[in-house]
Amino acid sequence: MTPEIRHHLTDALLMAYAAGSLPEAFSLTVAAHISMCDECRARLGAYDAIGGALIEDGGAADMPGGSFAACLARARATPMVATSNPAPPGVNGVLPGPIRDYVGGDLDAVRWRPVGMGVRQAILRTDKRATARLLHIPAGTSIPDHGHHGTELTLVLQGAFLDATDRFGLGDIEVANEDLDHTPVADIGVDCICLTASDAPLRFHKLGYRIAQRFLRI
Amino acid sequence: MRSDRKMENARWVACIARIRADADEGAFAELYAHFAPRVKGFLMKSGADTTLAEECAQDVMATLWQKSHLFDPARASAATWIFTIARNRRIDALRKSRRPDPEDITWGPAVPPDQADLLALQQESAALTKAIGALPAKQKALIEAAYYADLSHSEIAKETGLPLGTIKSRIRLALERLRQAMN
Repeated sequence: MTPEIRHHLTDALLMAYAAGSLPEAFSLTVAAHISMCDECRARLGAYDAIGGALIEDGGAADMPGGSFAACLARARATPMVATSNPAPPGVNGVLPGPIRDYVGGDLDAVRWRPVGMGVRQAILRTDKRATARLLHIPAGTSIPDHGHHGTELTLVLQGAFLDATDRFGLGDIEVANEDLDHTPVADIGVDCICLTASDAPLRFHKLGYRIAQRFLRI
Repeated sequence: MRSDRKMENARWVACIARIRADADEGAFAELYAHFAPRVKGFLMKSGADTTLAEECAQDVMATLWQKSHLFDPARASAATWIFTIARNRRIDALRKSRRPDPEDITWGPAVPPDQADLLALQQESAALTKAIGALPAKQKALIEAAYYADLSHSEIAKETGLPLGTIKSRIRLALERLRQAMN
């Protein structure tokens, strides 16, 4: 699946993903984007290679005597992993593989909960440093005007959305931070399904939404 | 220096192939002598104590043995592959977290790797290592902080007292230099 993607991952995100420092919800979103984007997959290879170069040239710390024998015994205790079997492609795959792993299936396995105005969400279980959620936004519907305390990633899995900055279609990722206040609107035609990851609650600009926010964990 | 490094990667690639083909313990010993202390050093810089770092370094090397079939020398150098195993072990052991992989990232080569691809990758890996070595100290320190200590930019800012903007622009400059060196 290689849609025509116009909005890619930033260098900072790719580097942090390669270094392994991202909260799980962000890693999931990055992994899902790379599953759809050959360009970012190739760029990731370069960031992994930086890690390889650093380990090659970094300081070595002596291992204690006898550690090799212990390691070999451990290695031999379990059978070798056979040649890899790529995960079977999703049936009618809307969700990229990494998201399917968290959902336990494709779109029909998602346990949606309504959050008002026809919008539905499903929070995926990740570490507590950030929150990953799937959003289902009916075509033409807007998400209330909001800003961000931290960083929010939005990856489009179906349909498209528009905000003041641009249009985001299948596979596109938007990286939003404190500077961006926006009112994303799902494009007409088809319902929009996104994966979002955020490391701080969104800031809605109307009081009513803020109260709803406390109950709905947006 | 550069050609040494290329030869070195070819040596590690051959060792992994011998493990895959014959469960060759001598090849494993060569890889272990070179990489286990480096993986331990990497993990200690990430905040692991000696015991945990040694334990995890053994895990990483045992994983290399068990997954030798999945290594694709046309996709990554041996050091890069080992880095990815060590990184994943660290996330698991130190951060108690998970890092999902992209779909279809399997290290298993579907077809035997093309010799030209292999050579190109070895040259690029060697050039990258050289370019990182040639970075100005301030830039290199930040790249290392990002990978070793796995600190976010704002955590680096807290530790070093540098403004966030300075950190971001230094890392950007470092990446720009690496890009130029690789072209």
